[in-house]
Amino acid sequence: MNASPASGTRPAPDPILYLDGVSVVFDGFKALNGLSLIVDPGELRAIIGPNGAGKTTMMDVITGKTRPTAGVVRFREHDLTRLDEATIANLGIGRKFQKPTMFDALTVFENLELALKAPRGPLACLRWVLDRGARRRIEQVLEEVGLTARMHDRAAILSHGQRQWLEIGMLLMQDPELLLVDEPVAGMTDQETEHTAALLVRIAGQRSVVVVEHDLEFVRALGSKVTVLCEGAMLSEGSIDHVQNDPRVIEVYLGR
Amino acid sequence: MSASLAAPAPGGFGRITLRLVLIGAVLLLALLPVLNRLPMDSALHVSDFIVSITGKWITYAVLALAIDLAWGYAGILSLGHGAFFALGGYAIGMHLMRLIGPRGVYGHPTLPDFMVFLGYQELPWYWLGFDHFPFAVFMAMAVPGSLALVVGFLAFRSRITGVYLSIITQALTYALMLAFFRNDMGFGGNNGFTDFKELLGMPLNTSSARSTLFYASLILLLGALWLCTIVTRSKLGRVLVAIRDAESRVRFLGYNVTNHKLFVFVLSAMIAGLAGALYVPQVGIINPGEFSPGNSIEAVIWVAVGGRGSLVGALLGAFSVNALKTWLTTVAPDLWLFALGGLFVAVTLFLPRGLIGLFSKAPK
Ligand SMILES: Nc1ncnc2c1ncn2[C@@H]1O[C@H](COP(=O)(O)OP(=O)(O)O)[C@@H](O)[C@H]1O
Ligand SMILES: [Mg+2]
Repeated sequence: MNASPASGTRPAPDPILYLDGVSVVFDGFKALNGLSLIVDPGELRAIIGPNGAGKTTMMDVITGKTRPTAGVVRFREHDLTRLDEATIANLGIGRKFQKPTMFDALTVFENLELALKAPRGPLACLRWVLDRGARRRIEQVLEEVGLTARMHDRAAILSHGQRQWLEIGMLLMQDPELLLVDEPVAGMTDQETEHTAALLVRIAGQRSVVVVEHDLEFVRALGSKVTVLCEGAMLSEGSIDHVQNDPRVIEVYLGR
Repeated sequence: MSASLAAPAPGGFGRITLRLVLIGAVLLLALLPVLNRLPMDSALHVSDFIVSITGKWITYAVLALAIDLAWGYAGILSLGHGAFFALGGYAIGMHLMRLIGPRGVYGHPTLPDFMVFLGYQELPWYWLGFDHFPFAVFMAMAVPGSLALVVGFLAFRSRITGVYLSIITQALTYALMLAFFRNDMGFGGNNGFTDFKELLGMPLNTSSARSTLFYASLILLLGALWLCTIVTRSKLGRVLVAIRDAESRVRFLGYNVTNHKLFVFVLSAMIAGLAGALYVPQVGIINPGEFSPGNSIEAVIWVAVGGRGSLVGALLGAFSVNALKTWLTTVAPDLWLFALGGLFVAVTLFLPRGLIGLFSKAPK
């Protein structure tokens, strides 16, 4: 990185995700309060913060579920505050929900098939045939999330940890450029947690991944830059060691 | 794997058995008009009444399929499907009226009796073309389909779902009923259309017309069943089930839910319209009463009783509830509405998967 421009600053890559001064007000309560966040292409970013800090609300804003009351939300050159959920998803933003959400009446395989990146219109779905490439892709992801043996079971009967895995699998099927992962390891065993961390690290690089998590061991295992949210705004940002030693962070979150 | 609520589980009433029963039932139905030709004193003779009422039930079964496609699979509980059925009926009714020609009471060469009576000088523009059978059949699909397109677009785009959508569709059929009651609409007011003479050169009210319409209905039923099976077994069918169970989650996967719901709602309305088009020549009359909100609710109950989310269940529901109705309205006509309500409550409480649930085990 020697090729510095005349200004002398390192040329930052164009961010893939850019939030600036984002506020969300629910009945006078500021769930987000001037939040700014920049995520670079290929970056893995962990977001931590106490309950109610606004982490899920931030994901709601990015995915078009909630409209911000103020601020800028951009994905590459797209203004996300004007787009609906489906359009945003098709731009290449995938989301795993805090409470694993999938289609219980369908099998594990069918859930992944619906998530698979493919034309989404009604006629395209009507004409859709599962070709060898698509099947192989689904089988790969089944393998990756350890659900091969359960592929013909209805999603309704999976355990909580398996539901987390299935939803991560659905995220992978979408092949998004930006993955938003809300509390992925809740309900997982230690071994599953480790596996998840390794998987997310592997995914990042080709894609950007934003992970919200409480489990600090897990965040440490990610080895990524950490952003601490508190009361709807950024409190601290840096390596896990940096934020763990930040007195403000210790006061509101870690020290308690 | 099928995505229906009634997906046969291992050890249940398997898909093969179900298919055999279905084929048996269709063959049995197809035999009815043949048995009708047997001499009266034959033990196997089937009366005209049985043939005509079964033909009518077949069109009801098609309506039930249409409702099940929208409700059972996509979760769109329309309480106005009777309107699509009635519009299809009116479309073919207009054709039948045109075919009466100068044989009406007033003997006018082109105008139906009610228009002569109301002092019309010429046919209203929207009656043009209905003297052609293919046009009338086209309109029996196009009119319900367009109405569903407009109503569905407005409702789905505004994300009106659940009970609000049910209320809107119920209001729609009620509004249409009031409109069709008006004489100045040009649809015969509260008398509607009747005294039909012929269809496709075939005098109605003959045994051969009855069996032709019966077989046409049966073919429509099989065609609709085939089409609905294709839709529900496709990935579209699974998207619809996903929308039914977690609509907003489907959006986050990048599906534009409005389009999928519109597709199935319009298809469903067109199937219902065709069912109505075969119903009217068999019963010989169409009037605004067909739009009455109760009709739509009754049709939804057929599907609930048979088992929503199962196409065969919808058929089973339409035939069994209507058989019960025919029997009960002859022995105790006052009891019918109570029985219908009781049946609905009982099924909701004790058989959430409907009658079809008795034959296939609940999915794990
Ligand atoms: N739809 C909503 N209506 C009202 N308040 C909400 C809504 N969604 C979130 N909140 C509130 O906003 C705050 C932030 O919530 P959330 O983003 O879920 O926090 P986190 O995910 O960091 O735990 C909480 O106090 C929550 O109660
Ligand atoms: Mg949260």
